[in-house]
Amino acid sequence: MNQGDLKGEYGRWKSGTYGKACARFPERRERFEGSSGIEVKPLYTPLDVERIDYLDDLGFPGEYPYTRGVQPTMYRGRFWTMRQYAGFATAEESNRRYKYLLEQGQTGLSVAFDLPTQIGYDSDHELSAGEVGKVGVAIDSLADMETLFDGIPLNKVSTSMTINAPASMLLAMYIAVAEKQGVPADKLNGTIQNDILKEYAARGTYIYPPKQSMRLITNIFEYCSKNVPRWNTISISGYHIREAGATAVQEVAFTLADGIAYVKAAIDAGLDVDDFGPRLSFFFNAHNDLFEEVAKFRAARRLWARIMRDRFGAKDRKSMQLRFHTQTAGCTLTAQQPDNNIVRVTLQALAAVLGSTQSLHTNSRDEALALPSQDSVRIALRTQQIIAYESGVADTVDPLAGSYYIEALTDEIEQKAADYIQRIDEIGGAPAAIERGFIQAEIEESAYRYQMEIESGQRKIVGLNDFQIEEERPSGLLKVDPAVGDLQCRKLEELRAKRDGATVEASLAALKRAAEGSDNLMPHILDAVRAYATLGEMCGVLRDVFGEYKPTVAY
Amino acid sequence: MDWQEIVSRALSREVRAVSRLISIVEDRRAGFEDVYAAIYPRTGRAHVIGITGPPGSGKSTLVDKIAAEYRSRGKTVGIVAVDPTSPFTGGALLGDRLRMQRHSLDNGVFIRSMGTRGHLGGLSRATSGVVDVLDAAGYDYVVIETVGVGQSEVEIASLADTVALVQVPGLGDDIQVIKAGVMEIGDVFVVNKKDRPGVERVVAEIRMSLDLAGKYSGHHGPATAMAAATATATATAAIAANAWHPPILQTMAESGEGVAEVCEACDAHMRCLVTDNALVERRFRRARSETMKIASDLIWRGLADDARTLGAAEGLAWKVARREIDPYAAGRDLRELVVS
Amino acid sequence: MMDEGRKIRVLVAKPGLDGHDRGAKVVARALRDAGMEVIYTGLRQTPEQIVAAAIQEDVDVVAMSILSGAHNYLFPRVTQLLRERGADDVLVVGGGIIPDEDIPGLQECGIAAVFTPGTSTGDTVKFIRENIKR
Repeated sequence: MNQGDLKGEYGRWKSGTYGKACARFPERRERFEGSSGIEVKPLYTPLDVERIDYLDDLGFPGEYPYTRGVQPTMYRGRFWTMRQYAGFATAEESNRRYKYLLEQGQTGLSVAFDLPTQIGYDSDHELSAGEVGKVGVAIDSLADMETLFDGIPLNKVSTSMTINAPASMLLAMYIAVAEKQGVPADKLNGTIQNDILKEYAARGTYIYPPKQSMRLITNIFEYCSKNVPRWNTISISGYHIREAGATAVQEVAFTLADGIAYVKAAIDAGLDVDDFGPRLSFFFNAHNDLFEEVAKFRAARRLWARIMRDRFGAKDRKSMQLRFHTQTAGCTLTAQQPDNNIVRVTLQALAAVLGSTQSLHTNSRDEALALPSQDSVRIALRTQQIIAYESGVADTVDPLAGSYYIEALTDEIEQKAADYIQRIDEIGGAPAAIERGFIQAEIEESAYRYQMEIESGQRKIVGLNDFQIEEERPSGLLKVDPAVGDLQCRKLEELRAKRDGATVEASLAALKRAAEGSDNLMPHILDAVRAYATLGEMCGVLRDVFGEYKPTVAY
Repeated sequence: MDWQEIVSRALSREVRAVSRLISIVEDRRAGFEDVYAAIYPRTGRAHVIGITGPPGSGKSTLVDKIAAEYRSRGKTVGIVAVDPTSPFTGGALLGDRLRMQRHSLDNGVFIRSMGTRGHLGGLSRATSGVVDVLDAAGYDYVVIETVGVGQSEVEIASLADTVALVQVPGLGDDIQVIKAGVMEIGDVFVVNKKDRPGVERVVAEIRMSLDLAGKYSGHHGPATAMAAATATATATAAIAANAWHPPILQTMAESGEGVAEVCEACDAHMRCLVTDNALVERRFRRARSETMKIASDLIWRGLADDARTLGAAEGLAWKVARREIDPYAAGRDLRELVVS
Repeated sequence: MMDEGRKIRVLVAKPGLDGHDRGAKVVARALRDAGMEVIYTGLRQTPEQIVAAAIQEDVDVVAMSILSGAHNYLFPRVTQLLRERGADDVLVVGGGIIPDEDIPGLQECGIAAVFTPGTSTGDTVKFIRENIKR
């Protein structure tokens, strides 16, 4: 049948069979739409994918434009890395949790740091009061890092570290721990988040002003391309942008706009796009809207490949491949009937797998209530294992491709994200758009709309605004002992007494001089780390030289 | 605390009392006229500086840095930051304080955020009163940050001793602002975010329109490298020439660059006003405008509150609607009724 | 002329180092849309800064949000400082990821209400309207 016939037949069905049915039984809503306001039609047919050229727009797995995945065999070769984000209290306790997770079959580590660490304060800084060890592990110096990875061979695991403003310090500590284990830096596998732009826009753990932060980032790119070649030097993150309230389209657009800014900065710093391009990685969110999410992942891959090839002239295939980690959406979890969250996480994890993610964190059911308990973390990991081993969805590559709906949606998300990126380009790129509050305002608008949809009942959240029950709040939630703060302060005191003060002073002075000049800071940071300078001391030196970022936009 | 106690504590700059007094004045709470009468004799000592300019020009950051600069000279600063009130809900998001929070633990800085509360001028109707409270409480400087849209520039000119007009390259509307005739009210011109492209153009445009108005002294060479020199030199020149020539200063409020010069220029302007006896003139203008505003307010209230006039107004309005009389005639009739 | 211009003034603050401000911003906006004047002080505020701002702004309400688990330390510091400065007529409410078992202790310290995830902004508005102390 040709397209003309199809059009006619479709028209006939729409006004005939379908129209009559709607007249008798009206649909549930007048308009169906996804998170980004894209209308969902009652039916998708070949007419919706007319614009799509299989070879140009989809291609084959492992080939440009990577719509169908970055690896030729995908999960037929090996499953995604199951990587649960964990870390709390002291390095000792987190070390125990990591060993437990590895024993349970987890295949990669993901380190959560507490807020003082993320903002470059030692545990005994006044602003650290009440925060030490709360949302992650407290790391004040190399000594804590040694404890954190005690008994975990760093040549055998890949480690992802959610660290941004002080990423260079934590990476240096990781390298130094590996040295002590006898593992050379070029054998290390892992990722640092190192994505400062989304901190300004959505997550809030920034330290330095943008220009200086971008220097730290490009220093890392340069250092690692020579010394830690298997390390993912950045994880450009849409996750937190989405958590802050963005839509799926905004998540893709703002993340790739940030990515463009990093690539530009590195090229401006004199690096070749193919030297660092292959080490760029991404981090996305997985929400409940299964098809929109799958389409989102595919659209992001295609759009990034086109940006890297056409805009930046990348030649290396690896520079064009958008590899990404996924975490299920924390903001969709409810404190009400928390066991329902297991089902939400399952749907979200399925979206990530159908979207061909490289690694995955599944949230625990109790995260709207507290830090996840060990039982909840195990269920979350089991969710991934069930999808991998029992569901069969991992047995063929990109199984939803060719669905009229999925392909039409992939195309539309890519278009809409590209439009956004163009607007951001017109403002002067992501840093300028953040400075003017454009990105923040867009995110906030979406967050507010979402909340109002829930409150008006237009959007139903099971157990929250419908299907409620009277329930007791669950017990057995994980609590961090408030004494962790004191313990960490004592450890710091001992460290300061024990270490060689003169070496520390000298290394910090050298770091300061380097910061004032234009040297790559990584070697100086490594020296300071090896001398057991604390994170707060190193970040403090840079605070003195660089100043601190103050948000300038109220939104 | 009764109001006498609040007043006496506020006059000795006790923060809680000052803040409560501001609320009384802002909300026009019962008895606020007595309070006002009690503090008014103590006003007139502060140097009132208005900071105005389009949204996105960095006014809050500039105010933050100006306060820091004056503090470093041992002066105290009261800040009034005005943000728009939503005409639909009556609510407001007051976000200027965000950029000034580091001063919150400094007893020498008092920051108060205000919504315009239905007033269209870019200031709130109560701004003048709030300025008076801070003045009476003894702050050396009272800095007002306007909403930055609408008629703010005109209003701030009648309230402040010194008006700093902030411009920024690349907003696209710089030319409009200049064309709109607001140049006359600027005593100090600040071109903020001077690292942005287009800064020279903005400076040149301001200078050109000042030249047209015959206000720019013009013999200081390119304003780019001469911010500090310009401020002082202009001040001297102004005093000598018995006229103020508004300096054009370039700043990076974010880093604080050029802010000291802005403060210098504001101080120089005040010195010039004093030397010139122009301060008396300015303050007379403010008093006149306040008095007229309050009087018309009271008259309007008289109209709105009084059943007899309200009834008459309605009757006249019908006549106007039926085209029996014109609205001016109706207005005159109503005024007769109120005045009599 | 009796208190004609009275508006409920609320300080919305993020104490501590936690950068997750989606909830704080949504609440700020909802309070504004309910006709209140909302002063937003941004991230990384110490209890001292929050209290100083609350007093200068003469707010009726201080609304804080913490998702990092530091609430048991930071919330009570704010109410304690308000009391010390004679401003205990300010209604203090908190929100965030706060385990049920912590709530009674926080209420004892003067946190009038704790809004946990899933609370509608409408409920928050209603609570504030019904409970402001002046």
